[in-house]
Amino acid sequence: MQTIDLETQSLRELNQTLHDQIGQTNQTAWEINNPRGSHAIAVGLDAPMDVTINGNAGYFCASMNKQANVHVKGSAGPGLGENMISGTITVDGDASQNAGATAHGGLINIKGNASARCGISMKGVDIVVHGNIGHMSAFMGQSGNLVVLGDAGDALGDSCYEARFFVRGEVKSLGADCEKKEMRPEHIEFLKDILERTGADAKPEEFTRYGSARKLYNFDVDNASAY
Amino acid sequence: MCGIVGLFLKDKSLEPRLGEMLTEMLVTMTDRGPDSAGIAIYRNGDDSQAKMVVQSDNADSDFEKIGDDLSEALGTSVKAERNDTHAVLYMPKDKLAEAREALREIRPDVRVMSAGETMEIYKEVGLPKDVAARFEVEKMGGSHGIGHTRMATESAVTTMGAHPFSTGMDQCLVHNGSLSNHNRLRRQLRREGINIESENDTEVGAAYVTWKMQTGSTLGEALESTIDDIDGFFNFVVGTKDGFGVVRDPIACKPAVMAETDQYVAFASEYRAFVDLPGIEDARVWEPEPATVYFWNH
Repeated sequence: MQTIDLETQSLRELNQTLHDQIGQTNQTAWEINNPRGSHAIAVGLDAPMDVTINGNAGYFCASMNKQANVHVKGSAGPGLGENMISGTITVDGDASQNAGATAHGGLINIKGNASARCGISMKGVDIVVHGNIGHMSAFMGQSGNLVVLGDAGDALGDSCYEARFFVRGEVKSLGADCEKKEMRPEHIEFLKDILERTGADAKPEEFTRYGSARKLYNFDVDNASAY
Repeated sequence: MCGIVGLFLKDKSLEPRLGEMLTEMLVTMTDRGPDSAGIAIYRNGDDSQAKMVVQSDNADSDFEKIGDDLSEALGTSVKAERNDTHAVLYMPKDKLAEAREALREIRPDVRVMSAGETMEIYKEVGLPKDVAARFEVEKMGGSHGIGHTRMATESAVTTMGAHPFSTGMDQCLVHNGSLSNHNRLRRQLRREGINIESENDTEVGAAYVTWKMQTGSTLGEALESTIDDIDGFFNFVVGTKDGFGVVRDPIACKPAVMAETDQYVAFASEYRAFVDLPGIEDARVWEPEPATVYFWNH
């Protein structure tokens, strides 16, 4: 176990040290103490390592992650796991705006709530939120899955493409071109697996699926006056 | 960007440390805006007297005899206490309006920052740590306070463009964001007789709140109506004699986080500003909802 203390070491040293692990994987367990809400902790990782952050992280925590498993033992600021490619991020507390924005792959597991624009423009990531999510979540979501055990705010899935949304609680409102969809066996199977992997206390049958109505995909001449 | 911090103390034993805690919070937010900084602090309230805080770029000459000259003009005793480029003028409450008039005559370069029983506004161009140091904010006690550090987008970097803006007796407003209909709103408010001095968007926001309250709204109602009438991005934090209020625009892309313990309620643009507050590890930390008005009062 390697420990980096942000009270005595700089953020730049921390991230450089973690980047130095790329291509060599003999030191796989890292612990970061005193994060004090600092921005850009553990960004751009690209090695199969386990990083534990003991406290609250600021903006862009673990963004651009590849392969690494990052565990925030606290809450995370805006842009958690932004543009993540693979690996996992677990947050014990809440995540602020734009969690998982544009992320291409991997798994983000938020044990608390996520605020506005969770999964905005998601491109393949799986996001599980054990609490509620804020407004405009999954705006323009292209692929991947957003699973919410609590409620969703206004305009869920506005202008979405093929991302899938599973919400157990209430959805305040659906965004443009987002609609309720039937739950088929493959969706139940998917949920069963991901809920188990994320330690979520919920049954697949309790969820409702939402996704694209696919009406904004092509120009419709009836909408010409709207432009 | 801009950074906002606010601290409202429930535990009276922390009151002597208000200025120190607020300064630490504000300095942490420096990289959100290094252009200018300001604070509104609520302290030493006295029913019988009002405080007017004034600023001058020529403080040496303007403030030398300001107390005596104003006493003579108003026919009552005015005590002046200088603090760097600012001075606090103590006077009977019913003399405030007359004092504004008189100052225009006897000290035309002096600008009124705030008026009220407990609120004092200090603001200048410069880094938060330098602005806080010149006014010795760390030594100030008080019940609650608001701080702002500015990254200018809509108007010049000047003392008058710095926040907080006074919106009335013991009331102020700070802003993170940028307003897009401020020019039209400024013209409209000027027609209503509201005095707006700068080209700053936030001053228009503050003037709007003042105008709403002059025309019968409560502060809560005035903040509610900002959601309909003010276009753009905003987190507004308002200070009142008894506490503070918060409102975010419906899009809410400007960050805001709150923390509450038995000892205090704190507001900041980022969580980092809270890390040195006592008991923060066990505080309830959350983000205020968009398009919702919040108030905390004593």
